[in-house]
Amino acid sequence: MEDYEKLAKSAKQIRRMVLTIFLVFIAIAGILVYLLIDPTLSAFKSNEPAQEYIKVQDVDEEDFDKIENGIHVRTGFIAAQGLTEVVNNCTNCHSSQLVIQNRMNRERWIATIRWMQETQNLWDLGNNEEIIVNYLVTNYPPLKMGRREALTNIEWYELRD
Amino acid sequence: MNRRNFVKGAVLGSATTILGTDIVFSALIPKGYQPLLLQDPDPFKMFNLDKGMVVLNNKPWNIEAKAHLLDDKITPNKYMFIRNNGLITETIDASNWTLTIDGESAKQQKTYTLADLKSKFSQYTYQLTLECGGNGRSEFDPPAKGNQWTVGAVSCATWTGVRLRDVLEDVGVKDDAIYVGYHAADVHLSRDPGKEPISRGAPMPKALQDETLLAFKMNGEDIPIAHGYPLRLVAGGWPASVSGKWVNRISVRNIVHDGTKMTGNAYRVPCNPVAPGDKVKDEDMCIIESMPVKSLITYPKSGATIKQGKQLNIRGHAWAGELEVSNMEYSIDFGATWNVCPIEKPVNRLAWQHFSASIDFPKKGYYEVWARATDSRGVSQPMLLPGWNPKGYLNNACHRIAIKVG
Repeated sequence: MEDYEKLAKSAKQIRRMVLTIFLVFIAIAGILVYLLIDPTLSAFKSNEPAQEYIKVQDVDEEDFDKIENGIHVRTGFIAAQGLTEVVNNCTNCHSSQLVIQNRMNRERWIATIRWMQETQNLWDLGNNEEIIVNYLVTNYPPLKMGRREALTNIEWYELRD
Repeated sequence: MNRRNFVKGAVLGSATTILGTDIVFSALIPKGYQPLLLQDPDPFKMFNLDKGMVVLNNKPWNIEAKAHLLDDKITPNKYMFIRNNGLITETIDASNWTLTIDGESAKQQKTYTLADLKSKFSQYTYQLTLECGGNGRSEFDPPAKGNQWTVGAVSCATWTGVRLRDVLEDVGVKDDAIYVGYHAADVHLSRDPGKEPISRGAPMPKALQDETLLAFKMNGEDIPIAHGYPLRLVAGGWPASVSGKWVNRISVRNIVHDGTKMTGNAYRVPCNPVAPGDKVKDEDMCIIESMPVKSLITYPKSGATIKQGKQLNIRGHAWAGELEVSNMEYSIDFGATWNVCPIEKPVNRLAWQHFSASIDFPKKGYYEVWARATDSRGVSQPMLLPGWNPKGYLNNACHRIAIKVG
């Protein structure tokens, strides 16, 4: 009788242990499944950037790459072969306006890239360098201005005083 | 990197690109706080500029005036060109601002608060002409690299501060001192904290001039942020890059200062004249000191039409770097004949001078009024572009406006 009680007690302990192990397994499985869905636990994070930042500017993907009259609207660059490489590599530190204002031949555009690499933390452009330089020389070549240009774009108005 | 944060970062980053603004230390901005630059991306509002000013570059900010906007005798902030080499820091605290004097040729290292500077030293006010070394760059052929300034990168405001000389005397300067170099609080475009956007300076004789100031006021008010609040070194008559903004340290050097944009071909021109487009070795380039003689017709705006028989009144300013303008002329026949016109004395050394004239036109037609200043050594402005140089500095060719008499 005593042995039977002992056996029943042991069986109860084993049942409880099996149940515990099963629950722990279910819990672990649940966590693993959740991690598969949200590997960074972002649902538990509260320090995400505030929503206001995003509301400031409604940039939809369409505007980002919008081209009008041959000009890439967001940067003002001429839309031509190499535009993406130029936007991605040349507008991180300075604005596109600095590029657009300038006109150089191949040698001087390359010299400018070297100067930026040596002194301004520009990275190695790899295969993109040729694409970028071709884009620049094709779209922003030097213009002949001579020793003094004629006055142009004069806005005529009647002077009253 | 967390994809979601990456996307958000990209959206915010591209938003700032589109807005044309830059948020330095954005990581330190409190959550939910919209920085001023994001709330108000319009540079005209942000810097209180006139709508007629021209933005050449929004990263870094480079903005110039047009000739007719510079008509005031003392340039107000709204018409002052902005030439930044780096990013303006968001965290300027004038109450904790300090200026440290150090360097091999300083007898000691000494730090002053703004209050120290204001109370320890006498204050002086001067009108000082500041012109960007690259003003006029857009006209060079072959084109020179950099911001393509036309005529509007010049100003003459009133600057108030203490003399750099008095501060250097208080610190003590060794006999071997030859140069001062400034260091400032702006941030490199690459945001590399180890790099300075610009750190230029001047030889001791220029540093010790009466008019070389550590200024804390412009036109009687705190210096606007874009012009160097709360402390700016101001050295009139030299390339405006010598006048360091947001200055927090000045090093007294026993060598020519070797900071950023002092070496290579920055703010240097060939020591000997070269043909347009020539390559020039670094060692053959010499640092620009005094700016050359130059003038600007600020009234009327180019493009005026007047009735035949009516006189045209013109006016403008002329300046000559370290020197004075001694003679002013205008021509309405492309330099075939020149007419002398009165030029006022400068209010103080290194201030620009004012000229005016009343012009009669002999017959109907298209005219250009060209202005030509001559400095106290007899050197005049050229009508054609002056000597070509790799970086397109020192274009002091005559300014001209178009007039139609009908």
